[in-house]
Amino acid sequence: MKTTTPSQVISYTLLVLCSIVLLFPLWVTLSTSLVPSSDAMRPPANLFPLNFYPQNYEDVFRQVPIARFLFNSFVQSGIVTLGQILTASLAAYAFAFIPFKGRNLVFFIFLATLMIPWEVTIIPNYQTIRQLRWTDTFQGLTAPFLATAFGTFLLRQSFMTIPRELYDAAVMDGAGHVRYLSTVVLPLSRPALGTLGVYSFVNSWNQFFWPLLVTNEKTMRTVQIGIAMLQSEESTQWNIVMAGAVLALLPTFILLLVGQKQLIRGLTAGALKG
Amino acid sequence: MQATQSQASPLSLMDARTRAQRRRLREIRQFLLALLFLIPSLIVFVVFVFYPVAKSIYLSAYLTDPLGRPSVFVGTELYTELLKDKYFLNSVWVSFKLALLVVPALLVVALGLAVLANRQLRGIGVFRLIFASTISISTAIASTIFLLMFSAQTGTLNYLLGLVGIKAVPWLLDPGSAPAAVAITTIWSSIGFNFIVLLSGMQGIPEELYESAALDGAHGWTLFRHITIPLLSPTLFFVSVVSTLGVLQAFTQIYILTKGGPSDSTYSLVYSIYEEAFLRFQFGSASAQAMVLFVVMLALTVLQFQVLERRVHYE
Repeated sequence: MKTTTPSQVISYTLLVLCSIVLLFPLWVTLSTSLVPSSDAMRPPANLFPLNFYPQNYEDVFRQVPIARFLFNSFVQSGIVTLGQILTASLAAYAFAFIPFKGRNLVFFIFLATLMIPWEVTIIPNYQTIRQLRWTDTFQGLTAPFLATAFGTFLLRQSFMTIPRELYDAAVMDGAGHVRYLSTVVLPLSRPALGTLGVYSFVNSWNQFFWPLLVTNEKTMRTVQIGIAMLQSEESTQWNIVMAGAVLALLPTFILLLVGQKQLIRGLTAGALKG
Repeated sequence: MQATQSQASPLSLMDARTRAQRRRLREIRQFLLALLFLIPSLIVFVVFVFYPVAKSIYLSAYLTDPLGRPSVFVGTELYTELLKDKYFLNSVWVSFKLALLVVPALLVVALGLAVLANRQLRGIGVFRLIFASTISISTAIASTIFLLMFSAQTGTLNYLLGLVGIKAVPWLLDPGSAPAAVAITTIWSSIGFNFIVLLSGMQGIPEELYESAALDGAHGWTLFRHITIPLLSPTLFFVSVVSTLGVLQAFTQIYILTKGGPSDSTYSLVYSIYEEAFLRFQFGSASAQAMVLFVVMLALTVLQFQVLERRVHYE
């Protein structure tokens, strides 16, 4: 076994120092969520939870409809994720397996949606949702995000690697397009589907502007809006707010831990496209 | 293949015509089939992307009544007025100032982290995960955390500054420091993404280049300066454009930290669009502002493609 070299010692020291600095805001969040309110705004008391007070996590459920916020976020992100996977796999199938006239044009239409920033569409979209009387509904929260050009391109890329012979064999067995898609193409594209799923769930969970616009009732707020509103109300109890913040960031944080590869692949692919 | 050949053998005019007809029918059938698969996406795009863009252009040519309905056609007047409106010009300036505060610092930090994490060391995966971790945290939560830390009297940051003998900074309460506070929040929450992209760019640089340069006696800084930076420059350029576009679209951190204040020092372009449209219901002029933002972002994107393409051609 080799002994550690001085250059390795330097590397580890720098790595640890950078980690401490980067993680510091998260440490403040966690430790503030574990102290009584008297300590919450009093550094260093809120940096080291010596007066350990996990009661905050019970209180946040009692004082704030956080369970409802989390539920709303789960439903919203679940609908968007499943919806995007469904519409994107259908569209990607057409691009990858059905030769048709005007494919380039349709491809360009998909591409164009990536060039348009949300600021340009948000006012008319808000008006559309209001006209449909979809404010404070899950339809309103999710409808504009049920299709994704990025996801379509990602899946198309993966579909194209499936050997043509499989298609011929499936047709010989009398399978139609829908059955071929669901029994052969999708199972073979699990890695790409995972990437798209994790990526769209995280993006959807972390949305702010749109849910802010289309929800007014407290019971329809997503957890992001719920926490942000919590801190703007008078007499902010930071220990409670931070307990809420921990609960809000936990799902995507866990998703990062278990789906690290998928998320990173999605982000880098999305970046190269966007 | 074989089937078409056997059909093609008796070459009469009739056959040619029916063949053409059959091909045409097949084309139409294929088209309708493809459409069936594409229609769910296309409906969403038409309703929530293309129609809104057209409507935004339309709205930007009208004054809006107090209910937010277009009332008087004014052509391009809203645009020319924007160019004279000092609040709008201020918001453009604020957005560019934020980009200047965020992008260079973000690039340096993310590049440094990527260099550190690119070494083959035991347990490097843990550090990579830590450096990437902010991608999973929303801007809303990040901003809420920093709101607590930036608090002037009781915040953690001023407490830490006090420990090393630096006077407390008024952070969000002063027009001089508020943009910096917004920038710090933005940098922290963008580090994860930029780190990931730069690290994967670095991992794409062939190891042999470093080895042969090391044989020539180059090491450390020289390697970084003459191999890493030039080969990483497309990625660096790419992340700087993406980050600039991101900062130009910044909204959440401003909404949570400062609401555009103090004294409009953080009143960014997108925050201005938000207030104009959804607090004052001036959909016309808000749409005009959004179109201006669109043009700026489009110009940046086109520039990015041109520069990247030139690199591909000349290298």
